[in-house]
Amino acid sequence: MADTMQFDLVSPERRLASVQAREVRIPGADGDLTAMPDHSPLITTLRPGILTVVSAEGTNDYAVTGGFAEISASGASVLAERAMPKGEVSAADMDALIADATAEAAEAPAEAKDAAAKLVADLQALKSALGL
Amino acid sequence: MPSLKDLKNRIESVKSTRKITKAMQMVAAAKLRRAQEAAESARPYAERMNAVMSGLAASVGGSDSAPRLLAGTGSDQTHLLVVMTAERGLCGAFNSSIVRLARAKATELLRAGKTVKIMTVGKKGREQLKRDFAKHFVAHVDLSDVKRVGYDNAQGIARDLIHRFDQGEYDVATIFFNRFQSVIAQVPTEQQLIPAKFDDGEGEAASTLYDYEPSEEEILADLLPRGAATQIFTALLENGASEQGARMSAMDNATRNAGEMIDRLTIQYNRSRQAAITKELIEIISGAEAL
Repeated sequence: MADTMQFDLVSPERRLASVQAREVRIPGADGDLTAMPDHSPLITTLRPGILTVVSAEGTNDYAVTGGFAEISASGASVLAERAMPKGEVSAADMDALIADATAEAAEAPAEAKDAAAKLVADLQALKSALGL
Repeated sequence: MPSLKDLKNRIESVKSTRKITKAMQMVAAAKLRRAQEAAESARPYAERMNAVMSGLAASVGGSDSAPRLLAGTGSDQTHLLVVMTAERGLCGAFNSSIVRLARAKATELLRAGKTVKIMTVGKKGREQLKRDFAKHFVAHVDLSDVKRVGYDNAQGIARDLIHRFDQGEYDVATIFFNRFQSVIAQVPTEQQLIPAKFDDGEGEAASTLYDYEPSEEEILADLLPRGAATQIFTALLENGASEQGARMSAMDNATRNAGEMIDRLTIQYNRSRQAAITKELIEIISGAEAL
């Protein structure tokens, strides 16, 4: 069994990471999951959270929001609408995101209210997880 | 026959025009490289997105539970044309080629008895379409303050479009932009945005059986708005690169024209100076002979 897999993290504007990873911890919409080589094929959407990549060069953390992850036996790729290395996220960035999400939650129609409120809560959790 | 002084002034003014066009050409070349890089680095995301979405769309598309963004409203009465042009001119046929395509489409739709609504992105397209289609305008996106087009801009446009779709303002949305091929070739392109369409000719994504978490429908519903934003973002970037490419070649032509004009004027200037000298000499000599 191969002990590494190809991992790509791309945002619309750039490719943030493309490494041989041993494991990737992904904040999936239905709960966190860890992808390792030879994982069964899976597509899941993301919730705002921290994505951790363990590779030969060490462990890297990224803050990601929105998008999805595509996992196959030979690799994993994460397409995140916003992704930043953990150290580069500022409190102002997070506040802007939370403000946006809160405004949207207020406008959301009744059936989408729960999802919008969850997004705000996830963002707030991400902010505190980042220690901001 | 213009006087010597006039000619001299004329030459000076063409020379300074040439300086300006030359500078604009070089600025466009530098910007083009940046725009191309931006388009390049956005490509992996757009390609992956498209592959996954077309796989999903193929498996969910037929069912009744398909999201409206994919299935459409079931009618195609009202069309929204999103015309993306530049904020600035002096870039050859860049703006007018997009406008021409959009105009042809609008005329065709109107003739078929459909309702046409137009949303413009970029000032130039709005100006050119105003004369014929002003009453069809529904919105305008101003990007003149934006130095560097980001995903946020695209997302803003997509959100607005989807909001309008949910309100039932239109049935079909099509975007118009220039696809960048090379510095001298930009291809005006129309692309249907809503309901979403995928070129699933290859169907690579469908070959592996994926587990979906949450369900396929939910993922698709989540991804479709993002897919629209991605398509708009790609279009904006392609447009940006095309604009700079078109401006670069237009300014290159202008510089060359100015050079030719200077040569022509200089010859004319020298000839008339020579003629004036000869005339003076003749006058002096014939004066001396008369004595």
